[in-house]
Amino acid sequence: MTTFVFAALLGVSILGYLLNRRAAAGLRADGARLHSLPGYHGLFSLLSTLVPVLVLILLWLVLQGPVIDHVVMSGLPAGSLDGLDTGSRQLILAEIKSIARGQIFGEPEQWKLDAAQRYLQLQQVSGWVLLAIVVILSLAIVAFARSRVGAAFRARHGVERIVSGLMIFCSTVAIFTTIGIIASLLFESIRFFQMVPITEFFFGLNWEPQIPLREDQIAAEGAFGWLPVILGTIVITVVALFLAVPVGLLSAIYLNEFAPDRLRAVAKPLLEILAGVPTVVYGFFAILVVAPAMRSFGASLGIPVSPNTALAAGSVMGIMLIPFISSFTDDALSAVPKSLRDGALALGATRAETVLNVLFPAAIPGIVGGILLAVSRAIGETMIVVMAAGLIASLTINPLDSVTTVTVQIVTLLIGDTSFDNPKTLAAFALGMMLFVVTLIINVFALRIVRKYREAYD
Amino acid sequence: MMNDMSKIEQGIAVDAVKIQARGVQVFYGEKQAIKDVSVEILDKTVTAFIGPSGCGKSTFLRCLNRMNDTIDICRVNGDIRLDGEDIYDPAIDPVQLRAKVGMVFQKPNPFPKSIYDNVAYGPRIHGLARSKADLDEIVERSLRRGAIWDEVKDRLHEPGTGLSGGQQQRLCIARAVATEPEVLLMDEPCSALDPIATAQVEELIDELRLNYSVVIVTHSMQQAARVSQKTAFFHLGNLVEYGDTGQIFTNPEDPRTESYITGRIG
Amino acid sequence: MADLTAGPEKTPKQGNAADAVRASLTRRNRKQKLLQGLGLGAIGFAFLMLFILVASLVSSGYQAFTQTKITLEVYVDPEEIKPEKLPRGGFKDVLQASLSELLPEVDTSDRATRKALAGILSNGAQFDLRDRVVADPSLIGQTITLTVPVSDPYDQLNKGTIDRDTPEQNRRLKDHEIAWFDQLKAKGVISKPLNTGLITNADSRFPELAGLKGALIGSFWALFVCFAISFPLGIGAAIYLEEFAPRNKISDFIEVNINNLAAVPSVVFGLLALAVFIGWFGLPRSAPFVGGLTLALMTMPTIIIATRAALKAVPPSIREAALGIGASKHQVVFGHVLPLAMPGILTGTIIGLAQALGETAPLLLIGMNAFITSAPDGPFDSATALPTQIFIWADSPERGFVSRTSAAILVLLGFLVTMNAIAIYLRNKFERSW
Repeated sequence: MTTFVFAALLGVSILGYLLNRRAAAGLRADGARLHSLPGYHGLFSLLSTLVPVLVLILLWLVLQGPVIDHVVMSGLPAGSLDGLDTGSRQLILAEIKSIARGQIFGEPEQWKLDAAQRYLQLQQVSGWVLLAIVVILSLAIVAFARSRVGAAFRARHGVERIVSGLMIFCSTVAIFTTIGIIASLLFESIRFFQMVPITEFFFGLNWEPQIPLREDQIAAEGAFGWLPVILGTIVITVVALFLAVPVGLLSAIYLNEFAPDRLRAVAKPLLEILAGVPTVVYGFFAILVVAPAMRSFGASLGIPVSPNTALAAGSVMGIMLIPFISSFTDDALSAVPKSLRDGALALGATRAETVLNVLFPAAIPGIVGGILLAVSRAIGETMIVVMAAGLIASLTINPLDSVTTVTVQIVTLLIGDTSFDNPKTLAAFALGMMLFVVTLIINVFALRIVRKYREAYD
Repeated sequence: MMNDMSKIEQGIAVDAVKIQARGVQVFYGEKQAIKDVSVEILDKTVTAFIGPSGCGKSTFLRCLNRMNDTIDICRVNGDIRLDGEDIYDPAIDPVQLRAKVGMVFQKPNPFPKSIYDNVAYGPRIHGLARSKADLDEIVERSLRRGAIWDEVKDRLHEPGTGLSGGQQQRLCIARAVATEPEVLLMDEPCSALDPIATAQVEELIDELRLNYSVVIVTHSMQQAARVSQKTAFFHLGNLVEYGDTGQIFTNPEDPRTESYITGRIG
Repeated sequence: MADLTAGPEKTPKQGNAADAVRASLTRRNRKQKLLQGLGLGAIGFAFLMLFILVASLVSSGYQAFTQTKITLEVYVDPEEIKPEKLPRGGFKDVLQASLSELLPEVDTSDRATRKALAGILSNGAQFDLRDRVVADPSLIGQTITLTVPVSDPYDQLNKGTIDRDTPEQNRRLKDHEIAWFDQLKAKGVISKPLNTGLITNADSRFPELAGLKGALIGSFWALFVCFAISFPLGIGAAIYLEEFAPRNKISDFIEVNINNLAAVPSVVFGLLALAVFIGWFGLPRSAPFVGGLTLALMTMPTIIIATRAALKAVPPSIREAALGIGASKHQVVFGHVLPLAMPGILTGTIIGLAQALGETAPLLLIGMNAFITSAPDGPFDSATALPTQIFIWADSPERGFVSRTSAAILVLLGFLVTMNAIAIYLRNKFERSW
């Protein structure tokens, strides 16, 4: 049915395009001086039909689901939903829908079969109504557009206005995305803080997000103190930076100042490859190679190393960040004006002295901005830690132990079954909120430093 | 300021030859920027390189302390000797050469450090000072020679980038003399300065002549006439004419020089 | 030489300066060498890691590109398989009988031995046979030749990953089982052809049957949706911001927004998708459509930034030339600037899509890590994607999945390299300097 609707809209709008173009071409053939080319008259009809009706269809499709659900559920025989909570109601709705799709398990009650029947009917009615509305509306617009065709009509202006409107809409998608992120995180976090006191979340030293399976279960209440989780994130981030910052800085300095052209031509693309490897691959690398290697190395020294040691996840994350830091440093060093480099060289400074004493200090703001962005990436990085770090939150700063991170908790809390009404699921959104806020602050700060720095030398 | 001893020793030349260039050619990739230039630059003299833009005068200047080494595609042929020593000899370390042949650039380029650190940088890396007091003394002497000491002595630890354009350029000159060079190359040192600052720098150049061999590239003929004793006129990569400044400006031998000086080419 | 010309005004220090410079040179050059050495070491380290990464993937993954198979002469016994009962029937028993014929000396009266013997074959072997018989019931009563995969432990044994020298109790195959396999091998019924199942099968609990078909199709749909949404939206936004937008607070705000979105952690996009697309709009879980929608939001900033850079690179002279002959601003942009910027835009888009293809975390949150044994029929069907499939397999305990995971990663990397190569080709082919 939906396909029909789209096809009808497309057909009518193309019809409108052809009608208008022919009419305008006819006017011109009769000797009239048109303001706009016939093609613009056609496009005017096409766009004025396509855009509003498409919006209508999408709105209809989004809204039709919830409305039909509501009608079906409220039309159930009195008493069949008594005493049921939201979860069970949703289960019933899901069962009705799967019956409507023809997947019948066991022997459902008659009222469910009836409801499924009604559900199908409603969907069909909705589809026909939509088709009728679309056809009538688009034909009306086509007729209206056709009536506008005339020598003086500024079809091109009309088309350009519509296109500008569309482009403005495209630009605002970014804003809507940000609003959507903030709204969804905030909304679910507020629900979380209605169940778990805000002080427990911020100052609690335990993170054990269990929920009772049965009402009478012992130790029903989980603990939701995020400090051990954030501590684990910090440990892994610090390990990653310990590896990535020196290696990234030194390789950028070498490539920028000392490397022969041929090495540079090879090295830069190779570093880009390192940057383009998906993080899930790094995660597998950590569990396949790095963690076992560290473990056996630790064992040979007699040091117990946890199989999920923060060192493994952190250092693999560090490898991932090397190209990131190196390219930011490279940019920052290249942005230092040549006159400063010349000034130092003309004084008889060696190249190493030029880099270390003059270029590097001048490039520091840009480099710091890059490192901050790397920190924000490390905090937000998910797959490496999901695969290689631990699940249990422990209050430790020993990188040989297993620690967990904010992102690991978000993923493990949400993988599998999710219903939006228990603190376990909602805790993930509260963590997500914190993650978003922290990385946003770092990013804004870092981007500002980088931009200021660029302006200083432009 | 003629030195009687060297006058006798050198015969015709007024002063000792400091830099001797023979058959210098410079290529940027395929393009030839300097075609066979030979010139002798004297000690304790201000030599001006003049000529229309793109004539190769700056390029030639940058050959004298091997600053062209920093440009990958640049290739230098021929023979340039400083005190008789081939500066393009593989055994010569450009670092050592540049400590001897200082350079001041078109645009003032103070490091983003304090005034003191700007001047002290050269002596520090070359190990010229044995103590803090030693270094203080070098900095003060250099700033005095740069004719900027009185203006900055109370704010030595403020950033050098905070000075005015003319002050920055004099700071850069002070920075260059702090390493005790024997030759000072100046690449249009006044082109970014206002007339008052230009006058100060020109005065300074005249004083520097007492201690150094100064080579200055300029596109202002008045400036060349004011500050230099010798002038070389470059055109399209060729050294057209070289001689005493007074001679060049009053009675040039080559018609091209005359055209340039009288403003017909340029 | 310098001393010869020293006149009265010459600073007495000048000679000392040259000496001091010379004296300091050794130390300074050593410092420079040290810095160079450290830099070279750093680059070497980065490359070593890249090399180890690729080498470990290849060395553990290459074996998954072949699959040990066994060729059986199967008598489709009408006693066990009856035409009227299809698709049910004793396919497993029939297969086991033909296996016993190959190993006649094994006493199959014991239930445990029978089970161990059947364990040589992959669990999927009976379904292969069933599908053939269902397709052509006339085979009942005949003897057919069937090549089926062996189960994972025997596959590992044949590929040498199971070490025969390990003590028996630590080994997944007992001594007599190895002996059976050696006998079969001696009879020449064991083969190791190219593992087409890796691409043509969907996921399975059994490593020897698991393939990437579902994941590949899922990734295709997700990328398709991602492209269909992010490409027009991104270009529209970029053109507006670069060519039309007035410089004011609003366009500044949009710009800051886009730059920040590019740096928001991917898992946060997953949370957005889970709460908004699935929770509020009621779109289906695990659907590539939702995955594509999420990836589109993440890819859009990349496309916008690349498009703006490409538009900026078109020189103003072209715009002025077109404006000068009376074209409207729209005609200039869509008729002249945009076509000239297209190669740059496409390059940026392909790079953005390559990033989207490797993105995992948001897909996990919207449930694209489900265990699904059939390929999706469309963008609204439940499916996995290539990276989430890697994640699922990496999490699976069976030995055989280790090399499958590496192989899947190699497939993913193959796609990424191809996409980036296309982008580089486009850039080089159409790059022009103005």
